[in-house]
Amino acid sequence: MSDSPAVTHGAVAEAGDPHHGEHPSYQRHHFETVGQQADATNFAMWLFLLTEVMFFGGLFTAYLIYRNWYYPAFVVSSHQLDVRWGTLNTLVLILSSFTMAMGVWCSETRRKNGLTICLSLTFILGMCFLGIKTIEYHEKWEKHHIPGLHYSIQSFLDPAHDESASQYGDKPLALDMARHTELYFFLYFAMTGMHALHMIIGIAILGYMIFRARSGAYTNGHVTFVENFGLYWHFVDIVWIYLFALLYLISRHQ
Amino acid sequence: MSSTIISLPDQSTARVPKVNFLTKENGLLSWLLTGDHKRIAILYLISITFFFFIGGALAGLIRLELLTPQSDLMATDTYNKVFTMHGVVMIFLFLVPSVPATLGNFFIPMMIGAKDLALPKINLLSWYLYVVGGILVIYTMAAGGVDTGWTFTTPLSTHYINTNVMSTGMAVFIAGFSSIFTGLNFIVTLHKMRCPGMTWFRLPLFCWAHYAASILMVLGTPVLAIAVVLLALERTVGIGVFDPTKGGDPLLFQHLFWFYSHPAVYIMILPGMGVISETISTFSRKRVFGYTAVAFSSVAIAVFGFFVWAHHMFIMGISNYAVLVFSLLTMLVAVPSAIKIFNWTFTLYKGSITFETPMLYSFGFMGLFTIGGLTGVFLGTAGTDIHLTETYFIVAHFHFVMVGGMLMAFLAGIHFWWPKMTGRMYPEKISQLAAVVTFIGFNFTFFPQFILGMLGMPRRYAAYPQEFQVLNVFSTAGATILGVGYLLPVLYLTWSLKYGAIAGNNPWQATGLEWQTQSPPLTENFLVTPIMDHEAYDYEWLEQQQAKEVASVG
Repeated sequence: MSDSPAVTHGAVAEAGDPHHGEHPSYQRHHFETVGQQADATNFAMWLFLLTEVMFFGGLFTAYLIYRNWYYPAFVVSSHQLDVRWGTLNTLVLILSSFTMAMGVWCSETRRKNGLTICLSLTFILGMCFLGIKTIEYHEKWEKHHIPGLHYSIQSFLDPAHDESASQYGDKPLALDMARHTELYFFLYFAMTGMHALHMIIGIAILGYMIFRARSGAYTNGHVTFVENFGLYWHFVDIVWIYLFALLYLISRHQ
Repeated sequence: MSSTIISLPDQSTARVPKVNFLTKENGLLSWLLTGDHKRIAILYLISITFFFFIGGALAGLIRLELLTPQSDLMATDTYNKVFTMHGVVMIFLFLVPSVPATLGNFFIPMMIGAKDLALPKINLLSWYLYVVGGILVIYTMAAGGVDTGWTFTTPLSTHYINTNVMSTGMAVFIAGFSSIFTGLNFIVTLHKMRCPGMTWFRLPLFCWAHYAASILMVLGTPVLAIAVVLLALERTVGIGVFDPTKGGDPLLFQHLFWFYSHPAVYIMILPGMGVISETISTFSRKRVFGYTAVAFSSVAIAVFGFFVWAHHMFIMGISNYAVLVFSLLTMLVAVPSAIKIFNWTFTLYKGSITFETPMLYSFGFMGLFTIGGLTGVFLGTAGTDIHLTETYFIVAHFHFVMVGGMLMAFLAGIHFWWPKMTGRMYPEKISQLAAVVTFIGFNFTFFPQFILGMLGMPRRYAAYPQEFQVLNVFSTAGATILGVGYLLPVLYLTWSLKYGAIAGNNPWQATGLEWQTQSPPLTENFLVTPIMDHEAYDYEWLEQQQAKEVASVG
């Protein structure tokens, strides 16, 4: 979280302090040792991820409640998602987590080129994920499955004439239940959209890190920033695993 | 008040130390880009005081309107906007950050012997987020206000109202992240930055209280954030998640909202309780009775606090079984709160009590918080709640806790640590007067509201039946006294910045590490990292320390 060397008020005064000559430049002035700094920032990152869990938790709660209430609507709605794209995206993300983990290792073992390559690969895989997500969103747009915007329940009233629905042999829903599919799609867009937002933030930070890594900022023993970003990236990955299971897989065979 | 513990240095020779965190650097930028927790605390103090007076002015308008039974001062929908803005400003911009972001920010690192909070930049970021939230609230007011009540109740806020819900929601969202970062910073700091010898059970209870409140901030606030995001989406795109016509449930919003907003009242009160532990011990010259019990009762309040949110919804159609369980859990919270009150009382027992201003405010806290807390038990009881909810009884109850409790504790803390923050004493006599005026004004304002509530006067209406007027006049009269009580400290504290007596390191003879260094402190707090070799509140250690100093000087 705190990657830059001490730039605050204390820095000037410390220059004259003989003890501080022994400290690496990336140690902030208010920590006794580099170990304490790494410990504290790591712990802060875990806490931040905890807040993220609570943040997504609200959405998962809404999903849980409405899934219980409107089970038939949720089943047929999930049939509208293309599980092949979903699986591909899951693989892409897991691969990006691997390259990220390799990046942390490169940073620890001070391999500057390796780190740059790993971060770039993670960056590209992240973009791939977003690209695939865009294709999926576009399908929803074409089928009028975007809640709040010209939403259409035609696929659920008349599943025989809908490509995805007929593939699963869905029965037509009563009008009342069919209207509740909008809730499913809302939750789909809210959860994957929030996830995508986290991806975009992650990719932006990755871009910054690639830029800095090339000048050797993370291969001089200062690993915490890469490490903490890795935690964030894996967290976003794990959220997707849950979303994939809940939105794509759970109702496939009903 | 003949006996006193104040020990000031000889005023004719005493000087405020030339080098300290205030004089270290000059210029606006040195403040706006600072990483120093003490400077950020001062920034916070100035900004929350500003918003406190905005919120206070709005409260004044409310009381003025309620002086007469008809709605004659303002139109009824203006009244709705005024009480909504009062709630939003006071809760999100004053009470939640009040003690943690100012006193907590300033003193937690000092109490644990650290040079700063673990994440100074995140600390500064949290202040900027607060400011952005505050600006959005001011924008909302300028643009015509919002009239949902601070609770944003759906479907009113999503379907039926055409005021500035969006900008207020965004303000709450952003201010929420400021609170998350403060809490996160405190937890990391308390875990990782303690000086050698500072074990968990040697921490001042102020730190324990902040630790508990920080857990609530970190775990609760994100849920508010997502609730507000959903609200905004419902309002803009009509996604249906809170819309019954599309199969959504407005009650879900209440669950998500109160999952934060009930713990939020403990975010507001716990740091206040931390202040009271410090002042009661210092001004009775005794270790806090049952240190461990008080420490763990903070944590217990935080834990129980997460499982009582549905008591805000007893009349909103949750199941009878849920009412039963939440009613029981609500009463359980009273246990750790009572442990604190009893332990403070036992601390006073056979203590050498003196009545400096912080102590007067602390006594005010103990009395008013007890009343506020006990009436909370009435409201937690399902039967009485159905009669009393949405009446002035509720208003009186939470003002006793928030204003009588938290604000008293805030003022106790500000007076207690003022000498440390500024290096100068506040004027004692007039501040004692302010404390007494506040206490009297407070009771005049809010006690009649209990009676009004019992008689059935509903909250959030600009007009009321004729027979409630006498009590309302009492309440409004009390509010003017209260207003004077709050204005006085601003005046004399500002005055004291220049003309107050020089405080010296430890004017109260208090034991905390923050008192064992110069006032105002150095930028990095201590010349050498302190080593904690005694228990918290060890007044014998302090005596020996001072005896040693005298010996060495002699």
